[in-house]
Amino acid sequence: MADDPRPAARRRRPLRGGTIGTYALLTALALVYVFPFVVSLANSFKTDEDAANHPVSLVPQTFTTAAYQQLFQTDLPLWLGNTVVVTVLVTGGRVLFDSMAGYALSRLAFRGRNAVYAGLVAVMAVPGVVLLIPKFLVIKEFGMYDTYAGMIIPMLADAAGVFIMRNFFESVSPSIEEAAKIDGAGVFRRFWSVVLPMSRSAIITLFILSFQASWNELPQMIISTQSPSLFTLTKGTAQLASGALSAGSQFPVKLAAATLMTIPVAVLFFVFQRRIMNTTAGATKE
Amino acid sequence: MTTSVLKRPSAAEARPRRRGPGVRGRDGIAGWLFTAPVLIILGLFLVLPILMAAWVSVSSWNGLGSPFQDTVKFVGGDNYAALLAKPGLAQTDFGTSLRNNGWYVLLVVPIQTAVSLFLAILVNQRVLAARSAFRTAFYFPSVTSSVAITVIFLFLFSASGTVNAIVQWLGGSGVGWFADTRGVVQQALGAFGVHAPSGSGFLGLTWFDWISGPSPAMLVFVVMAIFTTSGTFMLIYLAALQQIARDIEEATIMDGANAWQRFRYVTLPMLRPTTFTVMTLGLIGTWQIFDQIYVGSKGGPAKTTLTPAFLSYSQSFINNAWGRGAAIAFILFAIIVVFTLVQRVLLAERGSARKAPRRRPGGRRAHG
Repeated sequence: MADDPRPAARRRRPLRGGTIGTYALLTALALVYVFPFVVSLANSFKTDEDAANHPVSLVPQTFTTAAYQQLFQTDLPLWLGNTVVVTVLVTGGRVLFDSMAGYALSRLAFRGRNAVYAGLVAVMAVPGVVLLIPKFLVIKEFGMYDTYAGMIIPMLADAAGVFIMRNFFESVSPSIEEAAKIDGAGVFRRFWSVVLPMSRSAIITLFILSFQASWNELPQMIISTQSPSLFTLTKGTAQLASGALSAGSQFPVKLAAATLMTIPVAVLFFVFQRRIMNTTAGATKE
Repeated sequence: MTTSVLKRPSAAEARPRRRGPGVRGRDGIAGWLFTAPVLIILGLFLVLPILMAAWVSVSSWNGLGSPFQDTVKFVGGDNYAALLAKPGLAQTDFGTSLRNNGWYVLLVVPIQTAVSLFLAILVNQRVLAARSAFRTAFYFPSVTSSVAITVIFLFLFSASGTVNAIVQWLGGSGVGWFADTRGVVQQALGAFGVHAPSGSGFLGLTWFDWISGPSPAMLVFVVMAIFTTSGTFMLIYLAALQQIARDIEEATIMDGANAWQRFRYVTLPMLRPTTFTVMTLGLIGTWQIFDQIYVGSKGGPAKTTLTPAFLSYSQSFINNAWGRGAAIAFILFAIIVVFTLVQRVLLAERGSARKAPRRRPGGRRAHG
């Protein structure tokens, strides 16, 4: 893509039959990938009967926002509020704590740094699902079960984010910080006034990843809460999908909830498209 | 991708790090202060939980009160034995969950690897305009909530849903995606008149149960996994493809190699490390399927979509068999570790046998 060293080569090649075939194949595949979302959106504006009788049709027979009205009149505003609280705090916490730790691991020579680094690598290797019950045990033991604290605090830092920041700091020259150091700025001051403003690109990456992770988080909400007043969008929608309402019908309501919870992530995705995809593409060094 | 790490040329790696003796003391305190929040949070909610769960997995705790009170007894390996050695419902459920998840892994990992490689090669065509639009389309499912995607798939695959409507329109008969409890291999054998024999088995399931295949409901989760993860892996392959020196490919064009030979003997071997990464991440991810089951089926119909992760949850939170639930979590952990190691050994052996050409750092610059 952008890093093609010789863009001229692109023009040298004539458009051949093979290329047209590739386009056709890609378009067909892209339609397959987009289709479920379009179906979901279309059916969320149908009546229950219409969705059940014409599941393929992308045009509602009678266009209705009843599903959305039902959602907004019941619990959805509460779920949305809880999700926003969790997402804001978790994203803020991760951006701050992960960049602090990443900075320390890259720039501060302190005794035990290698041990901390090794510990974080080990922690990252533990599969998340294995920790469901263990996390519940600790949250309960700390008296944080069924509270915002129990939902949020365990997610405030993540090892992967620390590595993103550490690798970023490894890649930029410390010369500006060193200039600040010569000027007599202490380490905290340097971090706040020099390092953080300089790290905008890495922080945006971390912000996107944290936002997406906390907005979409389900297992943590399952194990840390039970009262309906603490439901997030994910847990609420999950309940909607598998609860009493799910007797085969009511699909427009569920699809409307699915559509609504997708919107913020979709917006973030389209705004930061290029950065997100470059981040993930570079996810693994060989 | 939670394990993502920004890729940057790490120039600082080579630079000598400043280590003035005067700075060291202040850096020492600052270093610990800066890492303290992360260490405390991960220590309290990752390391400590594992230790507590290790105790619970060898205890008789039933969820009431604290697991550390006097009434909770040490039961040794009983919880593990109930799953692995002692015939009974617990063992059958666990065996069933392994069977279901095993088929899921067996289908998802190779298919999603192939699909993501295929997508990456298509999108990587140099002549292509609008490839970022295609990339976006393929990647979008990967950033969407698993809950939303599951809800959408429940609709697509419901009895009167989109997929069945399309199948019927094409002349087929609808499938009871979330009603049929027979494995697809079993159904195929049944068509030839082979029916479930009774007999010996493993972990509470007969051998026939093990090979009876995934139920249609599990297949829906297989399709869903490929749909949601192939975009991520496509991006990993794309990054690797762009690093492969084009001159090498062009040299082989001159040698008279056709497109397939070029792919088979040049591109594919060079992608080996990436394929290893994609398959390892796939393996780790697929053994952990939980969200989709929780939202979509709760293990049904007839436990055919029960997975170890979900069983661990339901044993603990629903049946209050916390010791057993914790034991399942540890066994699952061991399974993931073992599979990753086995795959590493297998792929490493094949790699050395064929001597894949490896990209030299900076090779592209030097030739270009």
